[in-house]
Amino acid sequence: MELPTQRYRVTRADLIRYAGASGDFNPIHWSESFAAKVGLPGVIAHGMLTMALVGRAVTTWAGRPDAIVEYGVRFTRPVEVPDTEDGTEIEVTAVAKDTDDPGLVRLDLTATCAGVKVLAQAKAVIKRP
Amino acid sequence: MGLDQSFTGRSYPPSAPYQVGREKIREFATAIGAEDAAYHDPEAARALGYPDVIAPPTFPMVLSMAASRQIVEDPALGVDYSRVVHGDQRFAYTRPVTAGDELVCVNTIESINARGGHDFLTTRSEIGTSDGEAVVTVWTMFVVRGEEG
Repeated sequence: MELPTQRYRVTRADLIRYAGASGDFNPIHWSESFAAKVGLPGVIAHGMLTMALVGRAVTTWAGRPDAIVEYGVRFTRPVEVPDTEDGTEIEVTAVAKDTDDPGLVRLDLTATCAGVKVLAQAKAVIKRP
Repeated sequence: MGLDQSFTGRSYPPSAPYQVGREKIREFATAIGAEDAAYHDPEAARALGYPDVIAPPTFPMVLSMAASRQIVEDPALGVDYSRVVHGDQRFAYTRPVTAGDELVCVNTIESINARGGHDFLTTRSEIGTSDGEAVVTVWTMFVVRGEEG
């Protein structure tokens, strides 16, 4: 079963806020010149911020903030966040599948930014709503 | 030079206890735009059966990332942090982290593999209360990029 698409906007301000809240102050997430120096196209979002936003999609679909039993992703492509008011957008979709345990559902997750997949092997196991 | 694969299975001493604060959870939830009442309002969390506000699913990184530096910065292992990229991330939850928890991480090197000139280092953090109750297990895979040319 395919679940309704969720969309999350990410701006530079969100990166600063996430850096403060998480304690991850790597300058690739806030400094244009540092990002360029290490060969990135520009300032990129924390992988863990992307994972957190996809986690929001999962708990939204589950209908409970505490439904997740397992959650994993592989970071494959950076999410570039331009220095504009609108920033960029992450789109999250999922296909729900039964598991061997009747109380649990597996979600195969897809996260894209500007049409490009940014995560691979993204999966969550949630308690059946 | 690849990482020494004989470090696989090595465990490190428990991290200093981390006191989970209600305002820290609210700050983290706000930073990711998560408005669910149980992340912000103790009453809403109690209605779900928890003693205080619960943390969003990726919150344990606040502790585990700091704790896993124990491994990444172990001089004996010799990882060059400037070449480290976060490769993948996985969580298995016994229950959500809640405000008031005092949490301890025990870190283990789960695996070290060399592939295509890079090292893939997977760490496992068992996060539990200082009373010994298991809360969440966190796996982080770091890619240590090989030197160019």
